[in-house]
Amino acid sequence: MNWLRFFRRNFWDEERARELQAYLEMETDDNIARGMGPDEARYAARRKLGNPLQIREEIYRMNSIGFVETLWKDLRYGARLLQRNPGFALVAIASLALGIGANTAIFQLIDAVRLRALPVENPQELAAVRIANYGRYEQPVNQGSHPEMTYPLWEQIRDHQQAFSGIFAWYEQPIHVRIGAEIQHVNGLVVSGDFFKVLGVAPLLGRVLTSEDDRPGCGSPGVMISHALWQRQFGGDTSVLGRKLIIEGQPFDVIGVTPAGFFGMEMDRHFDVAVPLCLLGGAGWLERRDFWWLAVAGRLKPGWPLDRASAHLQSISPGIFQATAPTGRDVREYLKLSLGAFPVGTGYSSLRKQYGEPLWLLLAIAGLVLLIACANLANLILARASARERELAVRLALGASRGRVIRQLLAESLLIASAGAIAGVLLARNLSRFLVSFLNVEVDLSMDWRVLGFAAAAALLTSMLFGLAPALRVTRSSPGAAMKAAGRGMTSTRERFGLRRALVVTQIALSLVLLMSALLFVRSLQNLLTVDTGYRHEGVLIAYLDASNANLPPARAKSINREWLDRIRATPGVYGAATASIVPLRSESWTLGIKAAGTRKQGQGSSRFSWVSDEYFRTMGAPLVAGRDFNQRDTPTSPKVAIVNEAFARELLDRGNPIGQTFRTAAEPGYPETLYEVVGLVRNTKYNDIRADFEPIVFAAASQLTDEATYAQVLIRSTIPLTQLTSSVRNTIRDVSPGIDVSFTALKTQILEKLLPERLMATLSGFFGFLAAVLATIGLYGVVSYMVTRRTNEIGIRLALGASRRDVVRMILREAGILLGIGLLAGTALALACGRAASSVLFNLHPYDPATLAIAIGSLAAIALAASLGPALRAANLDPMVALREE
Amino acid sequence: MPKRGAPPLEGDLIQGTLDMLILQALALGPAHGHTIAHVIEHRSEDVLQVEHGSLYPALHRLEDRRWISSFWGTSENNRKARYYRLTPTGRKQLTEQTGRWDRLVSAINRVLRPATG
Repeated sequence: MNWLRFFRRNFWDEERARELQAYLEMETDDNIARGMGPDEARYAARRKLGNPLQIREEIYRMNSIGFVETLWKDLRYGARLLQRNPGFALVAIASLALGIGANTAIFQLIDAVRLRALPVENPQELAAVRIANYGRYEQPVNQGSHPEMTYPLWEQIRDHQQAFSGIFAWYEQPIHVRIGAEIQHVNGLVVSGDFFKVLGVAPLLGRVLTSEDDRPGCGSPGVMISHALWQRQFGGDTSVLGRKLIIEGQPFDVIGVTPAGFFGMEMDRHFDVAVPLCLLGGAGWLERRDFWWLAVAGRLKPGWPLDRASAHLQSISPGIFQATAPTGRDVREYLKLSLGAFPVGTGYSSLRKQYGEPLWLLLAIAGLVLLIACANLANLILARASARERELAVRLALGASRGRVIRQLLAESLLIASAGAIAGVLLARNLSRFLVSFLNVEVDLSMDWRVLGFAAAAALLTSMLFGLAPALRVTRSSPGAAMKAAGRGMTSTRERFGLRRALVVTQIALSLVLLMSALLFVRSLQNLLTVDTGYRHEGVLIAYLDASNANLPPARAKSINREWLDRIRATPGVYGAATASIVPLRSESWTLGIKAAGTRKQGQGSSRFSWVSDEYFRTMGAPLVAGRDFNQRDTPTSPKVAIVNEAFARELLDRGNPIGQTFRTAAEPGYPETLYEVVGLVRNTKYNDIRADFEPIVFAAASQLTDEATYAQVLIRSTIPLTQLTSSVRNTIRDVSPGIDVSFTALKTQILEKLLPERLMATLSGFFGFLAAVLATIGLYGVVSYMVTRRTNEIGIRLALGASRRDVVRMILREAGILLGIGLLAGTALALACGRAASSVLFNLHPYDPATLAIAIGSLAAIALAASLGPALRAANLDPMVALREE
Repeated sequence: MPKRGAPPLEGDLIQGTLDMLILQALALGPAHGHTIAHVIEHRSEDVLQVEHGSLYPALHRLEDRRWISSFWGTSENNRKARYYRLTPTGRKQLTEQTGRWDRLVSAINRVLRPATG
């Protein structure tokens, strides 16, 4: 076989035909020369040659590959059929496109955050060093999205490990950068000296940061910028090297640009500038033994698999933790910790951490939708196939093998599935872009082979799913029976009907599961949105103020917080304003141990803390139950006072009036033991997570802190619209000093942002549930109408024999009702079985919630029965005479 | 329609020999299908009566194997015809196949007529 000839087989056929013609002419010439008459000569020549058509066919077959040839023919035949039925083609392709598109989009996201490797040399050699057993140890203070090490621990690991050929530590945080005149918030990557060397990242321009840059004291270090920032801010100008960036008020030389494909260690947050770790020395972060903020990873030496590295790290752990034990704290649990090595080839991802479970759940849900679409298509194809029964019977009777006919029917399905997959991939591109903007993350969404393979596999699988069963079924009956069945007086076989019923039952069952999950997620979100937080967060604006770049004289800087509050409170429309060290319902937290409370001199416990100004409770709409608010007499030198919530009073204080009772905090480095007197009591409020229960909270007076900060988070309640308030507060602050950095968020927005996973689940599962219900309804409608058409004769006889129209409607509805009932029963069982998978993402809602189940069943039953009412009425309105004469 | 599973040995033998005969006919120089058919017929003194049509699939196959190549030319009485010519591989094949054929024939002869050894 020759592939070239395969593609040119028609050319060769003509060529051979010409050649045979040439033979005939020559032989005829010869025969005439031998003395024959022209007709006789031509006839003799033909006889000599044999049948030219047969010869050509033999040669054509030599040029062809049987399988490909017939597949091609089948596809072309299928395409012609689809062209003749554009309505069917459109419905089929559109429903598959939706199904495959949704699956591909979600898979694309999973691929991007879960499966894709870091874009560095041999990512599989990388391993992270983490605590292998936290046990009962809790990190006292932490910061950032991957707090896995303290700096002293990192130093010890770096100096004592032998498993890695190179090792590095890193930390990500938002950084203020002044480029030209404007200050920008960018993603900063703070790295130890060997970061780029170990990862094998070569600079696109200039040089990378090295261990020379990361020395104690730092001097005047350089900064590397990402390719994206270079393009965005400097237009890709090569003269960027040596230019100065002002980062957090300090000048840095740009020493290099990283290549385009490298985005740091996080898959969904790409860095803009990279600076050495030593810079944080000034903040005291490098000495603190109780402050967790770094992530550590390295490249394993050849011959060091993960378990060997883990064993090695475990063996050096006791020494390391002994050497870094924090002073002034209980270190028993700390000394029990040990280190381990963990795979990190797919990088870090907060998206993965946060959405890992929801994404897989969504993929499962989208898969169910695709399954329902398949069942629907199978039903459609079955209906079409029965219309083509005669044609197929004729083909079978003429000697086509069953396999050949099945192959032809499958080719048609494959055609639909391929078209659906292509449309689905196009749809997925937009869908996943929408998802990413909804989630507000940076993800590399390029289609890779995994995504395309997924879509292709989905197409192939679905075409088999919806094509195979009908094809097998249609070709099973004997041609004779099929030919007869098309004639008068036969009702279709029960069995063939059975498959269609089974498909509809499956559809109903699956859509009930989807509808149920959609309702669960929507109700869970609703619970979260309406849960009592103890605050009235509607109408509260958060202003983030920072005067550290404003060059204020020290005396004024000291009282800037006070000045801000006074000015904001004087702004028209402002009802109340207060500062808070912890903005409620954001992720930040501050926890201190409580040593003694009330009359108990001993006892363990801990409480959340927030340092707030006066008017905080008025602003947040959480009025004091008893006692007083903070006031001007609460100064750094006066006795420390606190306002506690009811949970604190109940769990830690003595019974009776909490006002006037005292408690003591446990000492921590930088935070000596302090005695507080309770002066006020507030209702319970949520602290930093809307999903958590009420916890003990201490509100301490910000006015009693000794170091006055030059930044603040001001909560502002007002009666005017937030946009208007934003601009008037901005003006107020500009009047204080033009150099102050201001940004705003509504408290409500902030809460919604934290509920993104739930909102994603509710939105998408709601969409999928709706889609599933529509598909199932179409399926049921199709089957019932088909049933009515098939039984026109029978219904005509019944009517003629005296059945009332109501009887007919009842009969049809009963048939539909039975299908619906079985489907709902199976669906309920399935929904209950799947419930456990969803339980961890539901809030204040049981996965077997009976009310939700009842709503799902009720609504599905209602739309399904409504869908079958149409065909039933049509049947009842048949004219018996017309019905009997039909066919 | 011929049933599958008909005696293959005979078919193969004839097919293989036909290829060899064609190659031999072309050994003298390029020729078109008509000539090749007649050459085989005359040389065998009309013993080998091949259906001329069966020559063409064989030519097609040989060309596929690159043992012969073809071109359109003009015949002796001024008609367009497709001419075939042996390629170097074809020539090598011819020697090889004739050698094998000779060995086969003499072996069979030795079996059939042991006395005349």
